Amino acid sequence: MGYPHPPHPKETPVLSKHFGEADARTYGGWVQRGGYKALEQALGMTREQVVDAVKASGLRGRGGAGFPTGLKWSFMPKEVTKPHYLCCNADESEPGTFKDREIMRWTPHALIEGCAIAAYAIGAETTYIYIRGEFTDPWRVMETALAEAYAKGVVGPNAMGKGKRIDMHLHRGAGAYICGEETAMMNSIEGKRGNPRIKPPFPAQSGLFGCPTTINNVETLAAVPHILVNGADWYKAMCLGNPKSTGTKLLSVCGTIARPGNYELTLGFPLKDLLYDLAGGPLRGRRFKAVIPGGSSVPILTAEEADGTVLDYEGCVAAGSMLGSGGVIVMDDSVDMVYQTMRLAAFYAHESCAQCTQCREGTAWTTKILQRILAGQGQARDLDLLLDLADQMTGKTICVLSDSCAAPVVSAIKKFRPEFERYLTNGRRSA
Amino acid sequence: MSGPDAPAHQRTEQLPRVFVGEERKELDAVLAKYPTKQAALLPALWIVQRKHGWVSPEGMAETAEVLDVTAAYVRGVVTFYTMYHQHPVGTHFVQVCTTTPCGVCGAEAVRDAFVKATGSKRLGETSPDGNWTVIEVECLGACGFATPVLVDDDFIESVTPEKVPGIVARYR
Repeated sequence: MGYPHPPHPKETPVLSKHFGEADARTYGGWVQRGGYKALEQALGMTREQVVDAVKASGLRGRGGAGFPTGLKWSFMPKEVTKPHYLCCNADESEPGTFKDREIMRWTPHALIEGCAIAAYAIGAETTYIYIRGEFTDPWRVMETALAEAYAKGVVGPNAMGKGKRIDMHLHRGAGAYICGEETAMMNSIEGKRGNPRIKPPFPAQSGLFGCPTTINNVETLAAVPHILVNGADWYKAMCLGNPKSTGTKLLSVCGTIARPGNYELTLGFPLKDLLYDLAGGPLRGRRFKAVIPGGSSVPILTAEEADGTVLDYEGCVAAGSMLGSGGVIVMDDSVDMVYQTMRLAAFYAHESCAQCTQCREGTAWTTKILQRILAGQGQARDLDLLLDLADQMTGKTICVLSDSCAAPVVSAIKKFRPEFERYLTNGRRSA
Repeated sequence: MSGPDAPAHQRTEQLPRVFVGEERKELDAVLAKYPTKQAALLPALWIVQRKHGWVSPEGMAETAEVLDVTAAYVRGVVTFYTMYHQHPVGTHFVQVCTTTPCGVCGAEAVRDAFVKATGSKRLGETSPDGNWTVIEVECLGACGFATPVLVDDDFIESVTPEKVPGIVARYR
């Protein structure tokens, strides 16, 4: 449902079905709603059967990369010769995205159940749920729910009374966007600076504490119980577009739009319908100018491009962007694209871990050049300089933070070039 | 200079040790969750900050001692993460999100309203009465509820400049 709005008939509420129901947060309330049946079922299956069911469902990572979840799980060693770990990525920090927060706030047991199933499937006895430090409310709700899950024996040394150890711990971040990158997150859990690691080795070979590790996003894990209970075919059938994109996705709509909020849609849903029908269209007297469909790290679309975009992994790529984390940032004709591009670059400059030169220097200089343009001191060659800089920041670093800074900058200059040029010729926004 | 913004070397008060009594027990419970002592560093620093209000050099040294790492290592980690205060802050700590999704909805006016209503001279500088420190932060992950603000551990959604004086009054 479009929390905080009532559900819209065009939504497909699966994960969000119980958002807003305080009772769903409790163990009893969750069991009443069919909770923990999937875990019981999973523990009666072999590890391989659980992995196969998730593979067959077509579920793909909801954190941004869209990697097939079952395939990721299958990379974990079959034999458990040293501890295996599951990390749940609840470091939701991608500007525009606020869905994992609602999953944790309203349906904490859905996440605990999903984590427990995933942990079993990958042979892990320990799960760390990494919650960003600023998420004080989700933390409190998760802490209470996890204590309850332990008290009820759902998790712990003898999970569901089936003789399996499934331990689960919350780990609080401390203010670093980059810790949402999976290898940075592992370093952060290990008590280190959150610097991303060079891959390979991949986490499934050598991850947390040097052991085989799988990292999954909150929304991905929360979908798993539904797949087990209702079947892979049921999940796979939820598809309006490309058959490679199945199931539902929470789209977080924000920015200058009438009804911001989370909307759960079957993949393949038209972005135009989301913006106009569900989220209520532009604010009074305004027109949409630009839409970033997948969180701030993906290329910006013009309003016209957004109108023709299909919300699935392939559809967003076809439109020249990416589905990413599903954070839909809307900007109307009141927005100064040059200023907001600078503000995005400043975000990445602030969040760069600074180990790679291209990122540390590139994000900082991108911001400074844009500030110079905004101050009316831009030079004619500055746009080319920014594009050249963006090229030096793409595909050349340990992680994709610098690519994520370059993508919106390049697309903003390409698609809204006259706005930048007005600053260069007039020294200010308008003539 | 004295008061909340005094540089660490000019401080005269002695900060009590952190990991004794209840806090020591809490740390032991944390240590049981991880296979290495070092992994307890972030949780330990949160305990230090809760007890002292910031992560002081003494706090870092004590953390280093109990986790068998060097104080320099601890400082390296503390300086990486923005939520650990490396100097004392006001009684109430306000974090206003001004990243793009909130920025286009007027977050910068909310930020300015907090600076004004708290009597702070400028962003990031503790108010003369020692009660308030207002800072601007990057994305708080609640973009649909622009503008989200954290006052201490209270997460407040949909703040507008008009609501700011009322929010500030609640904490006086």
